[in-house]
Amino acid sequence: MIDTGLEQSLQTIRPTLLRFAMLQLRDEATAEDVVQETLLAALEGKSTFSGRSQLKTWAVSILRNKIVDHLRRGSREGSLPFVDEQGDEDFDALFDGSGHWQEPPGDWGDPAAVIEQRGFYDVLELCMKALPENVARVFTMREILGFETEEICKELKMTASNCWVVLYRARMRLRECLQLRWFSAR
Amino acid sequence: MKSCKEVHLLVIEGQDRKFGFAERLAVRVHLVMCSACRRFEGQMILLRQALKSFPGE
Repeated sequence: MIDTGLEQSLQTIRPTLLRFAMLQLRDEATAEDVVQETLLAALEGKSTFSGRSQLKTWAVSILRNKIVDHLRRGSREGSLPFVDEQGDEDFDALFDGSGHWQEPPGDWGDPAAVIEQRGFYDVLELCMKALPENVARVFTMREILGFETEEICKELKMTASNCWVVLYRARMRLRECLQLRWFSAR
Repeated sequence: MKSCKEVHLLVIEGQDRKFGFAERLAVRVHLVMCSACRRFEGQMILLRQALKSFPGE
């Protein structure tokens, strides 16, 4: 028996799920597949939906697991060769010769208040999309899917230091992008 | 005392691994005295919190 009410509600959050998946998989067909699997799993497992958690939160948590499964499968099949296409990138220029900030970081204010602001997540998403694919993958595994760093290195067959450098770059770039497109722009 | 350049690296590294006592202390001492690095730390905390509740409302 298909619960048409639930099915309709799920359809309305489909675009959100797709955006979430795209950000991490960077491939439309794959993202579509994973979201489709998620919607089916949600309909089949509706008894686990307590109603206490919001529908979106619940669906995103299913999607998260589907993405993790997908990434695991991918790394076993060796389809995620990690090539660091960026080479050297210079964040050294942020500091002067004696190691002081050239330009002191801005005050971004209270995180809880900022993330409630309308439009903030659109800008964050834009900034995430601007990251090179491999950098984004490592970073989203860490921050959105909640993997431990060692686990990511292992899954993606990266050395610990490579993994660390990639996470460093991701954070520094997102910081730069958010400063420019959100905090300075307001 | 560590420079801001060293401390910004440690602040980021601290998001991905646990520090020993000496490292933690060195970073804390710097942060107490340096408002620029405190703001940098604040930015990193904000970034993490924002991603935790991604995709937002």
